[in-house]
Amino acid sequence: MIPLLATAPVYGLPSYLFVSALLFAIGFFGVLLRKNTLVIYMCLELMLLASTLALVAFSRFNGTLDGNVFVFFILTIAAAEVAVGLAIIVALFRHRHTVQVEELNQLKH
Amino acid sequence: MADTLFLILSVLTVATALLVVLNKNAVNAAMFLLLSLVGLASLFVLLDAPLLAFVLILVYAGAVVALFLFIIMLLDTTPGSFKAFKPMTITASALGAALLALGLWSLTQRAVLPLAPAVVPVPTMKNYAELLFTTYLLPVQVVGFMLLIAMLGVIVLSKKYAVTEDAK
Repeated sequence: MIPLLATAPVYGLPSYLFVSALLFAIGFFGVLLRKNTLVIYMCLELMLLASTLALVAFSRFNGTLDGNVFVFFILTIAAAEVAVGLAIIVALFRHRHTVQVEELNQLKH
Repeated sequence: MADTLFLILSVLTVATALLVVLNKNAVNAAMFLLLSLVGLASLFVLLDAPLLAFVLILVYAGAVVALFLFIIMLLDTTPGSFKAFKPMTITASALGAALLALGLWSLTQRAVLPLAPAVVPVPTMKNYAELLFTTYLLPVQVVGFMLLIAMLGVIVLSKKYAVTEDAK
């Protein structure tokens, strides 16, 4: 297998980090902007994926595999996290019959 | 070749990620998340990590987005609106954006980053397995237990508890 990036790429590590930061910012923006808990959760996933992109890029440009293995673990944990999070949202919906964050203010009152 | 691909794929990833946020319908948002994931997986391939790209597609596109869609249909949420902007939110967002821009600027201007090394350990299945079963043996087992705990947690969370006679 031939490494794709071996021939001096124009878009090196900073470009990947830029895309990663942009994705993270978009995810964060979504968390701030949206009202639906499910969509907020999706945006959280987006932020997590942005961080994995940064890890893979660092690992690739340092010539090690440890970052890739770390992303492996992150993906495993993320799968578990999504399952638990969605179960919590379903339980919440059963109790309150809504998933809009502005109506989930029981702790306030 | 790789440069053109990087441009196309990063634009695809970022644009679909934006659409996830800006789309009012939750189902459409999940579909755009799927597209964004495909773009990200292709970026992983570009970074010489095809195995991770496969895992990403399998786990995220196969399981996570399907689960999201399932829950969205189950809860039957109507297309929502966006939060109204408060002055505090705008200030915080502007500050965050400025910090991010500053960070990126300093990264591109000042940081000494490694160039792509000529010889890369190609991430084949064998190399992964060697690392996972020697250096990272304990984390692998911990992650296994973690998955078990998550499964039990989900079962406990989604079980309907009937009020028994004793409790009454």
